Amino acid sequence: MSWACVLLPQLALDGVLRRRPPSDEPLVLVSGPAQARIVHAANAPARAAGIYRGQKLVAAQALLQQFTMIEHDAEDEGRWHRLLAAWAYRYSGEVGLYAHAVVLEVSRSLNLFGPWSRFESLLRNDLQELGFRHRVALAPTPHAAYVLAGMQDGIAVMSPEALRDALAPVPIARARLPDDATQGLPSMGIRTLGQVFKLPRAGLQRRFGENLVAQLDRLTGDEPTPMDSYRPPDAFEQRMEWTHEIEHVEALVFPLRRLTGDLAAYLAGRDGGVQRFELELEHRSGPPTHVTVGMLAAARDAALLFDCARGRLERLALHQPVMAMRLVARELPPFVPAGRDLFDARPVHAVPLEQLRERLRARLGEEAIRQLHRTVDPRPEKAQSDVTHVKAATSPETLPRPTWLLESPCPLRGPAPEVIAGPERIETGWWDGGDIRRDYYVVRTSQGQCAWVFCAPGEQGGWMLHGWFA
Amino acid sequence: MGQVLALDSLLHSRQVWHGRAAPVPSGSQPTGWAALDAVLPAGGWPEHAMTEILLPADGVGELQLVLPTLARLTREDRPVVVISPPYVPYVAGWEARGVVMSRVDIVQADERDVLWAAEQCLRSASCAAVLAWPAHADDRSLRRLQVAADTGKALSFVFRDRRHAVQASPAALRLELESTPAWQVRVRKCRGGNPPVSAVPLASGWS
Repeated sequence: MSWACVLLPQLALDGVLRRRPPSDEPLVLVSGPAQARIVHAANAPARAAGIYRGQKLVAAQALLQQFTMIEHDAEDEGRWHRLLAAWAYRYSGEVGLYAHAVVLEVSRSLNLFGPWSRFESLLRNDLQELGFRHRVALAPTPHAAYVLAGMQDGIAVMSPEALRDALAPVPIARARLPDDATQGLPSMGIRTLGQVFKLPRAGLQRRFGENLVAQLDRLTGDEPTPMDSYRPPDAFEQRMEWTHEIEHVEALVFPLRRLTGDLAAYLAGRDGGVQRFELELEHRSGPPTHVTVGMLAAARDAALLFDCARGRLERLALHQPVMAMRLVARELPPFVPAGRDLFDARPVHAVPLEQLRERLRARLGEEAIRQLHRTVDPRPEKAQSDVTHVKAATSPETLPRPTWLLESPCPLRGPAPEVIAGPERIETGWWDGGDIRRDYYVVRTSQGQCAWVFCAPGEQGGWMLHGWFA
Repeated sequence: MGQVLALDSLLHSRQVWHGRAAPVPSGSQPTGWAALDAVLPAGGWPEHAMTEILLPADGVGELQLVLPTLARLTREDRPVVVISPPYVPYVAGWEARGVVMSRVDIVQADERDVLWAAEQCLRSASCAAVLAWPAHADDRSLRRLQVAADTGKALSFVFRDRRHAVQASPAALRLELESTPAWQVRVRKCRGGNPPVSAVPLASGWS
């Protein structure tokens, strides 16, 4: 067994930072009761000014004149934690949640994703894109990976034999042992895990109880680690909230990219797709604005989802400023990836046809793109349809038919045309009340165009233009 | 200074570099009209480029000019997009000329969105040919289409009124259709060669 641990040292802060456009402003998360506010986390510019975690807010304000202050929301942090678990589920069937960390069993994933170095860079790329700072470690047990990730970023211990050596120099304070041992062992003069391993078990058990010994066994792999495997939820829901009001649709684009990116990460983990999702824009007062984003087929590509949502959003007129945005996807149909030619020689920046259609539909309207097929109806107005459930004709049309059809016939103007062919009588429609009785001719106009015209049966005049042989 | 030199002697002494037109790659996009292919430098439509077709009026045979090409492309299972046509394409007529209609997407766009849609389709590189009827197109927007056609390696056909013939155009090929006295096409501009002086008569026939 091999376990990878992704430690997220700034989960709460990253969760806040990723919903605002990148900037160099100092930003601080605060928590605690109103009288004794303390700094929960600070971003790099704030840390550079001397602000650190656990500092009193008053002290921080004395150090720096101006910084953005945001209330820490533990629930929000939990949500990001679960999102990352959903992301990790894509790489492994066994995912566990530790405080500020996600562990995943990777021994079988390595067969699929390649050796650890490549797999590790895959993980790091994804996390970078999602916008979370991280430390990654690999070890034979989940707990050891968790401890080692806290010690050194990028450490990989492959075999159980090497594990004890790797763990030996870890100081007790960072070994994530039970609390009483973390405090008690240093006072006994024991400073590293290596020294603890050398102590007699019986004595340790008598002094610190069952808990410590079991923990040490799990650390070295002598005893399996019980773990609640993460199971992804059946629906996706993510909300982003701002401290300021957003009045322009353009400003929603950045958070939208994040939300659709998260949705794509979640879908990839579930191996699902989404055909329809909803954006909810919350206002200070009044009901939220709903924007439904529908696609022709289930999709899960981040760029495609973003494109579609953006197109729908850009057509929206905001009546009120937006306070928060929520993305809800309830129906998650299975995703069938489109087959592509192995020797496809199209340019790199090519957009697949499906995505192109979505993009056009998003801007031009749902009904903007259609494909026509011939029906069995002989009446020219009903001889073709873009509705898929109308039966298509199978036998080919042998009579002369134009290439352009006018939506509705109009009188043919100009001097009398020259008749080339005809008449062809079209007379039907008793079944739906749309009776017609016309003689169709092919005529040549004075401008040299070939027109498809009709007139009342038996007459040759009063031409109505219905199409062009263009 | 002031000395008069014969051009021939300069050329003979090789002091003047004699420019030569870049060779035109022979294309693999025949128009389906042998008479037209014969006069075009690429032996067909210019590849990955825009063709502008100027019309005296609607319905003078502009579709007959391109339908053989569309038929060939759609039969090869390659998609074709028709953007904002002036009338409804009549399926029976198109199918009679060999077009597979399930590969033809018809896009309805506002006047101001036609060029945008055309550019998107061309740039996507997933369409074999794009036909567009822009109501207002200036030199700048047509140049964008030309560049998009080149990036997306697609055939682009833009249909415009004949009165635009006097304006300069970035199109690689410019054709003007004439319906009277006979159905013929006049090459106004073609990249890689001089346009033929006389019009090319096309076989007349309405079906």
